[in-house]
Amino acid sequence: MRTKIDVKDLQKGFASDKGPLRVVEEVTFSVGDGEFVAIVGPSGCGKSTLMNIIAGFVRPDRGSVVIDGAERSRPDSRGILISQHGSVFPWLTVRENLMFGLDAPSRAAKADLADHYAAIVGLKGFEKSYPHELSGGMLKRAELARALVVKPEILYMDEPFSALDALMNLRMRNELLRILAEERHTVLLITHDVEEAVHLADRILVLSPRPAKVQASFEVALPHPRKLTSPEVQELRLAILRELGVDRSE
Amino acid sequence: MSRIARSVPSLAVAALLVSVWWGLVIATGSAIFPTPWQVVTGTLELVRDGTLWGHIGASLFRVGTGFSLAVVVGVPLGLWMGWVRGAFATLNPIFQMLRPISPIAWIPIAILWFGVGNASPIYLIFISSVFPMIVQTTAGVHTIERRYLWAAENFGVSRYTLFTRVVIPAALPQIIVGMRIGLGVAWLVVVAAEMIALRSGLGYLIIDSRNAGNRYDLVIAGMIVIGLIGLLLDGAMRLLEGLRLVRWRYAHQD
Repeated sequence: MRTKIDVKDLQKGFASDKGPLRVVEEVTFSVGDGEFVAIVGPSGCGKSTLMNIIAGFVRPDRGSVVIDGAERSRPDSRGILISQHGSVFPWLTVRENLMFGLDAPSRAAKADLADHYAAIVGLKGFEKSYPHELSGGMLKRAELARALVVKPEILYMDEPFSALDALMNLRMRNELLRILAEERHTVLLITHDVEEAVHLADRILVLSPRPAKVQASFEVALPHPRKLTSPEVQELRLAILRELGVDRSE
Repeated sequence: MSRIARSVPSLAVAALLVSVWWGLVIATGSAIFPTPWQVVTGTLELVRDGTLWGHIGASLFRVGTGFSLAVVVGVPLGLWMGWVRGAFATLNPIFQMLRPISPIAWIPIAILWFGVGNASPIYLIFISSVFPMIVQTTAGVHTIERRYLWAAENFGVSRYTLFTRVVIPAALPQIIVGMRIGLGVAWLVVVAAEMIALRSGLGYLIIDSRNAGNRYDLVIAGMIVIGLIGLLLDGAMRLLEGLRLVRWRYAHQD
């Protein structure tokens, strides 16, 4: 598999009242083209900072992010960030949000493409709705569609479904897998939910508490659809939880 | 039905105030201070000879012109100050110093510069309503959430799209708040400005009614008309807050 994202020796610190605070330390890993990599770690370990650096929004103190062989320093539409709180523009309708980043010759062509992706994520009939008229799950679908419509090579997902209730979270995961089966994207997912990682990812990296370092790596060699109650899934989940220091002697 | 029910207490208080007023005028036997009924007949007199509409029209024209100029200048200036750090650092201290100066204090200068025609009150309205609009618009841009700016950056849109599709709509609710404040101040100021010179407007009506034979019934009629029109203007600005484009910001207040 060709390397898509190559993260080398990333370091990032912030100034705080108690002196410099190291948030990310010597993080090195790579993601293959079309691979789905999940990064799990305890909350407050610097996961989001790491994601913001990789997506190009925050500059690291040291190290580099290389995408397709070229160093990345600014965000662009080849890699779209989807964050926990979402960034669907509340002043634009669903259709207008989807058309926002599109570069099509005519307005009609943009609208057609936008509506097509709205339908893919199950928002048919809501193209003219404003975000505050949608439920939390629908808002996530709009966010996902807006990212997909520009045909990004990479999706950066930072706790994308953690604000949803458990049922909606599960539905959105299945939805994501269905879409990824149709359009192959490289995905980098950050989550604190081990089950979510095992459900979705091809490979799982475990981060240490702050400053964040890659502490362990797990291959998830299970075919989709994955049965979350199967012994293999449970075993993997427990192994990752142990790595995170959550000892559950069951 | 509930709207009517909710306005019952305030109507009751208004009725009480009017009856206290009426009672006091009768009890003190005042020759100058009018009873509510005299105010009503005075108002009808103004309506019948048509002068009331002339005065209202003159005041609204001045407010409309001065306020529109303030929107045209204040909103773009506020957007610029909100977006460009250097512009904010340079201009904000100056505007913060000018802002607390009462528009009334500008009257002598306005007369010196613009004479006693329409230009003076229009200038006063402009100067009083432009600052709240600059301040609110700037704040509107400053408070745009980072996630929206990041999303725009992520999609790699042009500066034009960034401004028209993100910055301006994101700041619009605050811009509307600024316009509401600005129009309120403008209406306060036009009346004060018209008291100084000029031959028309509701401010002139009040001062002229007093000077020309202590017609306090017309003074109070003028005050009530000013209050009612102020209420209507504010209501009109409130309608803007109901636009679908900005309802996201106000939705939680319903």
